[in-house]
Amino acid sequence: MAVKKRTKDLTFWQKIYLPEIAKGLALTFKNMVKPKYTIEYPEDKFIPPPSYRGRPVLVMEADGEERCVACGLCARVCPSLAIEVQASETEKEKERYPVKFEINMLRCIFCGFCEEVCPEEAIVMSKDYELAFTSREEAIYGKDKLLTPIDQLNDRIEFLRKYK
Amino acid sequence: MNIWEIIVITLIKILIVFTLLLLTVSYLVYFERKISAWAQNRIGPNRTGWKGALQPFADVGKLLLKEDIVPVNASKVVHTLAPVIALFVAFTTFAVIPIGPDIKLFGYNIQLVAADVNIGILYVLALTSLGVYAITFAGWSSGSKYSLLGGIRSSAQMISYEISMGFSVAGVLLLAGSLRPYDIVYSQSGWLWNAIIQPIGFITFFVSAFAETNRLPFDLPEAEPELVGGYHTEYSSMKFASFFLAEYANMIISGALIVTLYLGGWHFPWLESFGLAPWLVVTIQILTFIFKLAFILFFFMWVRWSIPRFRYDQLMNLGWKVMFPLSLLNLVWVAIVVMYIKP
Repeated sequence: MAVKKRTKDLTFWQKIYLPEIAKGLALTFKNMVKPKYTIEYPEDKFIPPPSYRGRPVLVMEADGEERCVACGLCARVCPSLAIEVQASETEKEKERYPVKFEINMLRCIFCGFCEEVCPEEAIVMSKDYELAFTSREEAIYGKDKLLTPIDQLNDRIEFLRKYK
Repeated sequence: MNIWEIIVITLIKILIVFTLLLLTVSYLVYFERKISAWAQNRIGPNRTGWKGALQPFADVGKLLLKEDIVPVNASKVVHTLAPVIALFVAFTTFAVIPIGPDIKLFGYNIQLVAADVNIGILYVLALTSLGVYAITFAGWSSGSKYSLLGGIRSSAQMISYEISMGFSVAGVLLLAGSLRPYDIVYSQSGWLWNAIIQPIGFITFFVSAFAETNRLPFDLPEAEPELVGGYHTEYSSMKFASFFLAEYANMIISGALIVTLYLGGWHFPWLESFGLAPWLVVTIQILTFIFKLAFILFFFMWVRWSIPRFRYDQLMNLGWKVMFPLSLLNLVWVAIVVMYIKP
């Protein structure tokens, strides 16, 4: 099989190399004066789109009650066993409520399975990504840190109903 | 002026030049990082001080506090001597470069140059040749093969490009008729700067300046992917800082030489016809020099991110087979200009 030898000849102007240098300089200069995409954290924070999977939170409705019925599906489906739920009776219509709901943020992998499997739309992934702890005990989030009002989570719930 | 006045004035000038050069070199590091960042669609250091302007002090502080490592195989004396030579050459070359015309201050007629040597350009060429020793010593005395290779390559590169640099300078000297920097600047009056009369010489000198300062696209001796850092691999802390500072000081000196020899020094075309007050004229001329120098330094940094690095054989080919004949051609052209066009 004959192998064709391919030689790419430079034109005269390319061989002199100075016009090529000028072209390179023009490109670099164009990039120098373009506005930059850098987000200067922490002065400007990145606001994620609704599809972003931040940390999981419990939905708290307008009257201050959580939607969760402590069925335990999220704890069962969690791949890293980060969720712990303890159920108890209540007089309200939903009959069950979680007396203890803890997510260990050091184990959570932000996969979103708990949100997918929940039958009540009670746990959703928020937009929060700024998580810094100073000790292991601080990283276990109880109900007080997990309950968020529903008006902060409306775009996520809308995204879930539309696409999942 | 008696001898004491001369000594005091010269000492003050030396102090000013030294301080300004040190400050400029450290801020050049900051500007290099900023300009490199802009060319790459990012912003450079912006946390230390306003827009990151105190970054050089942070860098110096970090380098001062690092541990000074000397390899076991190194020759200790030469290992310490190399950055000292590099810095010495870099700082003493600035003594003969004038930044403005004579000024009258407190009744004294002061020249804006630390040493008005009438063989100024020869002094500069001699010192740049001495600078080759610094890199050779650094490469050899580190006791490691990468350093040795880097040092040898760099010395060969610097020696090759000194030839075309010297011949380009010879073209300028032919036109000016003297080696004194003041005479060279005065011979470029008006707007007919040497860059316009001898463009080939300008280009060969510019390219040789890049090669002399080991600056991209000629920085194979210190290229990280190729040589792990070349001749300054085994240096740490203040000795590395000295090499770093010496490289930027060499850049400033090459820039100042280009401005003096080819871009008309401190001349602002047609400034005398505006009829301004003498002190304003002098101020504008000093600012013109600084502005031209700043533009050349910006150009150095601009080229760094625009052109790929030359391979070593391409580099030597360029130096000996292209730049050298071109500079000789330039000499012939200048001779024709001097004989037939100028008088």
